[in-house]
Amino acid sequence: MWRIILVLVIFMVGWVGFLHQPLAQGKFIVLQSTTSTANSGLLDYLLPIFERETGITVHVVAVGSGQAIRNAMNGDGDVILVHARQDEDKFVADGFGVQRWDVMYNDFIIVGPRQDPAMVRGMEDAAAAFKKIALSKVPFISRGDDSGTHKMEMSLWRIAGMDPTQASGQWYRESGSSMGATINIAVETQGYLVSDRGTWISFKNKGDLEVLVEGNRTLYNPYGIILVNPKKHPHVKAQEGQVFIDWMVGAKGQKVIEEFKVNGESLFFPNATKK
Amino acid sequence: MTDLSDVFFLAISLVLSGNNDLLEIVALSLRVSLTAVGCAVLVGMPLGAAVGLGRFPGKNIIVLFFNAMMGIPPVVVGLFVYMMVSKSGPLGWLDILYTPTAMITAQFILITPIIASLTRQVIEDLHQHHAQQFRSLCVPRHVAILELLREGRTSLLTTAMAGLGRAMAEVGAVIIVGGNINHLTRVMTTAIALETSKGDLALALALGIVLLAMSLIINSAVMGLRNRAPSVIGTVS
Repeated sequence: MWRIILVLVIFMVGWVGFLHQPLAQGKFIVLQSTTSTANSGLLDYLLPIFERETGITVHVVAVGSGQAIRNAMNGDGDVILVHARQDEDKFVADGFGVQRWDVMYNDFIIVGPRQDPAMVRGMEDAAAAFKKIALSKVPFISRGDDSGTHKMEMSLWRIAGMDPTQASGQWYRESGSSMGATINIAVETQGYLVSDRGTWISFKNKGDLEVLVEGNRTLYNPYGIILVNPKKHPHVKAQEGQVFIDWMVGAKGQKVIEEFKVNGESLFFPNATKK
Repeated sequence: MTDLSDVFFLAISLVLSGNNDLLEIVALSLRVSLTAVGCAVLVGMPLGAAVGLGRFPGKNIIVLFFNAMMGIPPVVVGLFVYMMVSKSGPLGWLDILYTPTAMITAQFILITPIIASLTRQVIEDLHQHHAQQFRSLCVPRHVAILELLREGRTSLLTTAMAGLGRAMAEVGAVIIVGGNINHLTRVMTTAIALETSKGDLALALALGIVLLAMSLIINSAVMGLRNRAPSVIGTVS
């Protein structure tokens, strides 16, 4: 018995020593990011270039925009990259963020089954399309998780003058999950949903879903990047964080964002106003 | 839907390709879960044995508490640890959020009750068997505990394996406190969750098969060890 315990102890000390190795290396920042920038592959493409140029490693925690902002409010991150404009402005106004920078945009799309039972294909007005989907009572899969996409969807319902949550559990289904998990559900239930274009283009399990409504002004999807305020959380790595932001909104970062393509399609369009 | 045979082929080619990212993820899974189990065994087994043999007021409540804790969802443990080690939490100064250390802590909390609870049961049953013998031979208490632990070692090994199984399989806790950061805190289960949300279901399932294979290898290694060296960890009764 004692021999076994001795072996276990030696083993554990060894492991724990090993574990702390990666933490010792170099400078790093924690980026609280929305899932679409990570799942689409943009950050996998962009960050190695940034890390080579600056020697700063970026640790990406990919969660919904709502959770990213809440984590940053707790001080668990140095920079946020999200798409929830009103919440971003509030984050800065409340003193949690230093300043919001435009970094890039794409758009939201309404995706649904090829047969299009609600007959919304090609509609100009996204809110009117929502109304049609609601009236035909075909399944609509909502993120239901307070993410940037969810907030955008809810604002469209408000424009349409409808409250779909009353039908929650019937034709209106709140997945409470990531964009990808929500698309997976829609594929299986022949449902409609709102997706950001980045996730949709790079998504690999599209089933027979198609983009049905796009190009409407209400579907604009801007991404912002914000340094967490070191006055609120003194441990924030403000210097390295600002280096990352400057790079992202600078000429090099903007060029890399533009160059990033999946299946020959651009996923994000740079729109920083600086420089 | 992807063909299942394609998935198996993908899993095998993933392993054979010796993909560096995959090796890194597998190694981290093992490091995190084995360390958590090691700590949980060191704490949970003596605790379980003490509760099993002890006679004190409130014993039933402790037993009940451990049994109830066995069913706690990993995501709740993850949230609890997050709130503790977040920069705004009481242990924020430790600076361990989004590191493997935080993941080990969460898994330790998750599996210690399992190990303590099952150990208590094993020791209690064995003690009932031997209580009279110990009394008639006037065996001192600490000798009795050691003897019981030695005799129950096969069951206790199974207990540790149950803990390891739960640790390796859970995703809810490590994804919250680890953050699924590439090359730092990404383990098998969080990688599977990530590929699922990218819609790459075949790759996700292939990773699942690799995880299953890992579990098989560990369990057969333990079984082999037990059968080959009966004098060290041998089978009893």
